[in-house]
Amino acid sequence: MIAELGFAALWMAAALAVLQLVSAALSLREEGRQMAALVRPAAIVQGALATTSFVILLVLFAQTDLSVKLVATHSHTAKPFLYKLTGAWGNHEGSMLLWVAVMALSGALIAKIEHRLPERTTLATLGAQGFIGVGFYAFLLFSSNPFERLPVPASEGLGLNPLLQDIGLAFHPPTLYIGYVGLSVAFSFAVGALLTRQVTPDFARAMRAWVLGAWVFLTLGITAGSYWAYYELGWGGYWFWDPVENASLMPWLAATALLHSVSVLASRNALRTWTIMLGVVAFSMSMLGTFLVRSGILTSVHAFAVDPERGSFILVLLTIYIGSALVLFALRAGSIAEGERFAVTSREGALVFNNVMLSAILAIVLLGTLYPLLAEAFGARVSVGPPYFNPVGAIFTFPMLAVMAVGPLLRWRDDSWSRISRPLALIAAVCIVALLIAVVNGPIGILPLLGLVFAAGLAVASFAPLRGRRLRRVPVATWGMIFAHFGIAVALFGMASEAAFSDEELAALAPGDSAVVGPWSVTLDEVEPVAGPNWTALQAGFSARVGDGAPVTLNPQARSYWSPAQETTESALATRWNGQLYAVLGNRAEDGRWQVRLWWKPFVTLIWYGGVLIALGGVLAIIGWIRADYRKRWMAERLARHREAST
Amino acid sequence: MSRLKLWLPLAAFAFFVGLAAYMLFTPRDTAVASALVGKQVPDFELPAASSARPGVSIADLTNGQPKLLNIWASWCVPCIAEAPQLETLESAGIPIVGVAIRDSGEDVDRFLDTHGNPYTRIGADDISQVQLSIGSSGVPETFVVDGSGTITYQHIGDIRPEHVPLLIEEWRKAGGR
Repeated sequence: MIAELGFAALWMAAALAVLQLVSAALSLREEGRQMAALVRPAAIVQGALATTSFVILLVLFAQTDLSVKLVATHSHTAKPFLYKLTGAWGNHEGSMLLWVAVMALSGALIAKIEHRLPERTTLATLGAQGFIGVGFYAFLLFSSNPFERLPVPASEGLGLNPLLQDIGLAFHPPTLYIGYVGLSVAFSFAVGALLTRQVTPDFARAMRAWVLGAWVFLTLGITAGSYWAYYELGWGGYWFWDPVENASLMPWLAATALLHSVSVLASRNALRTWTIMLGVVAFSMSMLGTFLVRSGILTSVHAFAVDPERGSFILVLLTIYIGSALVLFALRAGSIAEGERFAVTSREGALVFNNVMLSAILAIVLLGTLYPLLAEAFGARVSVGPPYFNPVGAIFTFPMLAVMAVGPLLRWRDDSWSRISRPLALIAAVCIVALLIAVVNGPIGILPLLGLVFAAGLAVASFAPLRGRRLRRVPVATWGMIFAHFGIAVALFGMASEAAFSDEELAALAPGDSAVVGPWSVTLDEVEPVAGPNWTALQAGFSARVGDGAPVTLNPQARSYWSPAQETTESALATRWNGQLYAVLGNRAEDGRWQVRLWWKPFVTLIWYGGVLIALGGVLAIIGWIRADYRKRWMAERLARHREAST
Repeated sequence: MSRLKLWLPLAAFAFFVGLAAYMLFTPRDTAVASALVGKQVPDFELPAASSARPGVSIADLTNGQPKLLNIWASWCVPCIAEAPQLETLESAGIPIVGVAIRDSGEDVDRFLDTHGNPYTRIGADDISQVQLSIGSSGVPETFVVDGSGTITYQHIGDIRPEHVPLLIEEWRKAGGR
């Protein structure tokens, strides 16, 4: 019964999305003015219904209701409770339902709180939200119904892909999804502003919080996903340039550019068309990512829920949304004035430069991701990997990092280099010292070397905007920028250090044997079978020590899940302040010795600490802006009251 | 900004959609090339999984006679679907060696009584030792092993009727007759 309720709620939400779209479209015309009253209520009720539908799916998974096909194919009674719940979105149908639920909730939130913009722009934005929503509802209801019943209830579920039974990955997709959906809101704002030709600083301020929120979630999602790939898939690296990884990197790059250009629009009333374009591009990248992951059109090690039929459906949606937005852009953008002018040497100038660099990196990643597809259409099989992405990306990344260090020191509109010569000299000095230290330590590759030098320079430069200011009076949003930029430096240092100084040891060990990796001496004590709730494993016991220090126990496993039957490798990590020791148990060799893979990765954890810092910076900026907005409104109200009193 | 330039994003997008649509509706080559093909089966020795057949050791795979090595289990549903095809392969004269994963003797016997017994030998792999070492990722899975113990072909998943000629062909290529 409850599954039917969820399905009914989904239908009603879909109907309200249609109502929202139609009433918003009519309200933009003179003769349909009275329809305007319907738009906001429709959005709010739609949000409630879509959320109800998703909560019902969660309940079905929590109860392991095996009469529902989705539960039977993706869950199992023997599964730990947490993974029963996360199983709700660990599949195509459930994750699409999560997507529409978050999207509908965002629409409801806009309808509830957005009163700063001209009413027509808000209504057009909600109409665009409805437009996107209708397609997704159609997708769910006609091609991926999550509430479908089985003719006969299953006696047992098939389980969840064991790779997904991991706390990191359980929360990685929803985090990314919230980011993607946040970008759909930014897209709707862009379309709304294009429709009513109201590309103003107020519009930018309304859109900014959504862009920043989406960006924070994307950052966290990518950070969690990268750490998961590191310890679960044993990739031992941070970026593999896999199409599915790129699918999340591309929206992040576009969102980063959008975030900076929307700030320029909000505070300087410049870069109008550019901001609108990025708003369209950022959401296009989320849709493109979804398409690439779901359609199976590109080969990837972890494209889940692949299905060409669904792929065609997403492609149709993508064509309608992005195509119509681009047509609208081409028709309208010419009539939107570019806004305020500024000198090259100015805060705006630096931001434009970084926007161009970010767009170039985005284009490179997009090209590299789609190139195999293009080649295959002409009958050739190629794979594009790090040899292309790393050096070509670096050409644009390092100039961007340099300008990123300098930009925040510059004033808006017009500035001179001589005014900031002292902090520039300090940053340059730090870079030179870092270069000397790195070179003295022995030869490393050119990219890791540049990475270390730029990381040191950027780390110092991040704090340079604090120079000569009283710390307590620095705006919260500025602290946000400082943290985010410093986070980039920290993550970059982690990547460069990992690339430059990692030590790898592949050894065949019998119990009692030792291997040396980096400063560690690692002894294999035993290999034993162990059992978990829904798996069995061979587990190694290592004791690792540095010099005469106390031994640390490491227990990597080779696991076998039985439903569905799958083998996974569970690495074991020992984290120290200066790096991580990483151990993987491999196969048993013919002579009875165990293949063991050990890594010592100096400062590798900084990659993820950096990611968290970047996201934290975003959170601070949101808080800062909201506070500034409130203060401004409060001041305006007080001023109005004061005027009233004096007249 | 000139008017023409504003249409460029749309043109690029249209090109992408065309390409993606073309690729979606073009049949793909989905053959999985296993990393283990060409590798030697590592040394192992498994006790008998059933009273009906002896156990398996590496010696049985290196005696000069090409074989199929079938990884299965009595609790595995696709293995039931696969059973008739294994019978067909056996009646075509192909020796099949079984490895039962995490199974009990009674369950194995019951399975063989119900679904037939095409195996010459069945080893009991209680801790997935052999399964792990030859890179099998689930049940059922079937390997073609030549007379010297080298894996020449890997079939992932259950053997459906349309796979039978393919496996016979692969067994012939490995030197079987």
